[in-house]
This record gives sequence, C-alpha cells and structure tokens, in this order.
Amino acid sequence: MNSGDTAWVLTSTALVLLMTIPGLAFFYGGLVRRKNVLSILMQCFIILCVISLQWMLFGYSLAFGPSFHGIIGNLDWAGLNGVGVAPNPAYAATIPHSVFMIFQAMFAVITPALIIGAYAERVKFSAFLVFTLLWATFVYDPLAHWVWNTGGWLKALGGLDFAGGIVVHVSSGISALVLAIMLGKRIGYNHKPIRPHNLPFTVLGGALLWFGWFGFNAGSALAADGIAANAFVATHMATAAAGLTWALIEWWQNGSPTILGAVTGAVTGLVAVTPACGFVSPINAMFIGIMVATICYLAVAVIKAKLGYDDSLDAFGVHGVGGTVGTIATGIFAQKAVNAAGADGLLFGNVHQLLVQGLMVVVAVAFAVIMTWIIFKIVDAIVGMRVEENNEVVGLDLTQQSEAAYTVIE
Amino acid sequence: MKLIIAIIQPHKLEAVKQALEDVDVNLMTVTNVLGQGRQKGHTEIYRGAKEAGGLLNKVRLDIAVNEDFVEPTIAAITKGAHSGKVGDGKIFIVDLRECIRISNGERGGKAIG
Repeated sequence: MNSGDTAWVLTSTALVLLMTIPGLAFFYGGLVRRKNVLSILMQCFIILCVISLQWMLFGYSLAFGPSFHGIIGNLDWAGLNGVGVAPNPAYAATIPHSVFMIFQAMFAVITPALIIGAYAERVKFSAFLVFTLLWATFVYDPLAHWVWNTGGWLKALGGLDFAGGIVVHVSSGISALVLAIMLGKRIGYNHKPIRPHNLPFTVLGGALLWFGWFGFNAGSALAADGIAANAFVATHMATAAAGLTWALIEWWQNGSPTILGAVTGAVTGLVAVTPACGFVSPINAMFIGIMVATICYLAVAVIKAKLGYDDSLDAFGVHGVGGTVGTIATGIFAQKAVNAAGADGLLFGNVHQLLVQGLMVVVAVAFAVIMTWIIFKIVDAIVGMRVEENNEVVGLDLTQQSEAAYTVIE
Repeated sequence: MKLIIAIIQPHKLEAVKQALEDVDVNLMTVTNVLGQGRQKGHTEIYRGAKEAGGLLNKVRLDIAVNEDFVEPTIAAITKGAHSGKVGDGKIFIVDLRECIRISNGERGGKAIG
C-alpha cells in the first residue's frame, strides 16, 4: 500500500461528493423556478443517502464484484463482504479496497443525480425515488460492470473510458432524453419562457463542479502519479477552452456573452474530457473542449428548440451529447505516449480504437434507452411518474415537501 | 383628500424623494413593482433561447395628501422623475374617502400629515 495514493483517492472521494451536493444541486437548483428549488436540492441530497446504501448492500458487488460472463457481478461482495483494508490488485494495488469502493460510490451517486435535470419541476418525489433505485441497479451497475470490471465485456474489447464518459455521462444523458420525452413538457413550456430563478446559484454550483471534477478525473488514476497529473491538467484545459468557446459563440450569435453560457460551456468541457483525460495530452484536451462546446451549443440552442422536447435543464444536451463527443474524441486523440496502459487513437494511426469507442456509445445508448423505457413504464404504472397538474402549478416544494425556500412576508 | 400613485424609474427614487421633502411631503409608501408601458422590455437570453419584452423594474409610490398639497406633490414627482424619454412613468390621482391614524385613532385631514 502507498500512503500518498491512499490520501489522494480519499481526498478525491470527498471532492466527487462535493460535485453532487452542493455542486450539481445548486447548478440545477438555480435554473428552476423559485417554487421548485427545494425539490432539486432534496432530490440531489437524498440520492446521496439512498445510492450510498444501495452501493454498500449490493450495488458495488453488481458493478465490481466477481463477474458472471462479463455481464454482471455476483453478490459475493454484497454488504461489503470481503471489501476491507487489503487492496484489490485487480483495481488498485496501492490503496485499500474499501477506498476504491467508496470512491466508486460517489460516481454511482452522481450519475442518477444528473438525470434530475430532465424531469425537473414535474416529477413526483415517490416516483423519483423508486425510479432512481431501479435505474442505479439495472442501468448504472451493469454498465459500470461492462466498462470497468476487470471481467467486463466492453473492457475486454479495449474500450477506453478513463473516468466515466460512457458509464456516467452517456448513460445518464440518454436516459434523461427518454424521460423528458416520456414525461412530456412542463405546463406552459413553449408558450412562455421559463426563466432561471437564481443564476448566481447556478454559477456557484458550476464552479463547485469544476473544483470537484479534479477528484472525479484525476482521482480516477487511483494513484498520486503522473497519470493523475496529466488528467488534472487535461481536465482543466478542456474546461477552460469549452467555457470560453460557448461564451464566444453566444456573443457572435446573440450579441451578448452570458455567464449561464460560460458555465454551461465549462460543464460540457468537463463532461467531454472525462473519458479522455487519462489518455490525451493537454493541448488535445483543449481541442476536445472547443469541439464539445460547439456541438453542445448546437444541441441545446438549435436542435432542442427544433425538436421541441422539454429537457428542463439540458441533462441530455450537456451530458448525453457531451459524453458522446468525449468518448468518440478519446478514440481520436488518445496516445500511448501519454498513458502506456491506454491506446493510440485515430490521430496516431489506430482506426480500430475509434471504432471501439463508437461501439461503446451505441451499446450504452441502446441499453440505456431500452432499460429507461421499461423502468419508466413500471414506475409510472405503480406510482405515477408525474405530479398532478395543480401540484405542478403550485410547485413541487410546497406539494411534495411542504416547505418553501423563500419567504416574502416575515 | 387624494391618494397619489406614482410609477417611476427605480433610479429616480432618490431625486423624487428629495423633491417631495423640499415641498414638505414626507410620508409615503414605496414598493418595487414590475410593469410595461410604451417603453419596450429587455431581451433576455438563456442558453440560446431568447425572451423579448420581459417586464421592467419600476418603483411605485403611494402618497396620501390633503387638497392643498396635491399640485405641489405632482410638481415634485415630475421634477424628480422627469427625463423626457419614454419610460419615465405615470402619476395617478384618486379620491380618498377616509384616512385613519392607527396609533391614536385620528381621522381625516389631521391624520394624513
């Protein structure tokens, strides 16, 4: 065991927790109307509680436990049985197995939390809870198994996903799109614009995401080493490039650069560099940032408006599209000179890697679409996914939680 | 007795207050309001979605006065809030049937000042 590695991964674990609460909670919370801000904070907060326990009881074993034909883990590690201080060399030889487990727990937590952006302002809390638990168990855990388990079948094909472009962002983003379409638009969407109620919250949350993402990406090296350093720098440069790119596109297209645009662009950069950061050089990470901000801007500002679905907070436009761009870009810009354990991408003469990355996207999209559709149908039949119309109008804070964020009169 | 309701530009509030104090009108209620008039609203953009003609921030003053203070009050508000451009606001005057001071029960003209 190595104390430096252990210290870094423990620190990274806390950083990734910070991404969900308060990072994502405030990023999303500021974007909704004042009557729904607590519902977002509550959803993010309770996901941390619920999925942490799910992870301990059986989620971790399904995702990382001994593999059943590369498809799913068995329950040997349920209840963290055998997951203790002794390292598991298959994943990380220099840190306690329990540290690897709790680091991965934070990834399992934030992934379903990203989906909140798609059904914000109209989902029933009870349905959200059931959906989240089922989705984590039947979508996240298998996909994490395929890509990251030492016996996983996508890993065996040579797919590269350093910190979760496929497992975290494509999976949650595409599921978000399915949910947004199945749940339908918010009342009044398209007739009157729905304005964010507190953009400073959104900027605060976005900035905390950037900060926490260093743990997410550089922590995924599972060691305090050169790969972690490269992932850290690549993450930062892609994010800086994406934030600037989005603001410049807006300036050119709409006449003003907006802070919401800059922070949204930065998040697209963080998303896209996630699968790539351990395999690409910082300068290529910058190109990934420029590319993803441009494509996500088109997805959010142009294509979404044309297709007319109501992805409330652009969970698909940012995470689904950004994760796809990042996964494909990894197949273009990856190079063994950066990480010998990785692979060369298209730019370095290896067409095969790009094809494998494309296959991973297709598999993840197909799996997430089908499973999300099924889970939605089940939960909708039993609990009902959407709140009643008058509850939606009054707001989820008062109708789902019986509390209000802001007082107007003392 | 009259109730004078004025809708003005927020940044003119200090000038209007000063002008009112100069003519010895010191009692007023001030609220933030939203509104639209001949002045067009701002355009706001959120992730590429444009929203034109949002309601504008204005300040509303409610001032109750006796008859001999009506014209000086109008003059003071106009002096403080005037810029000559669209969006300066409006003044409405309505008859006031009664006025009661809560602390001592005084009624009518005595209760106003």
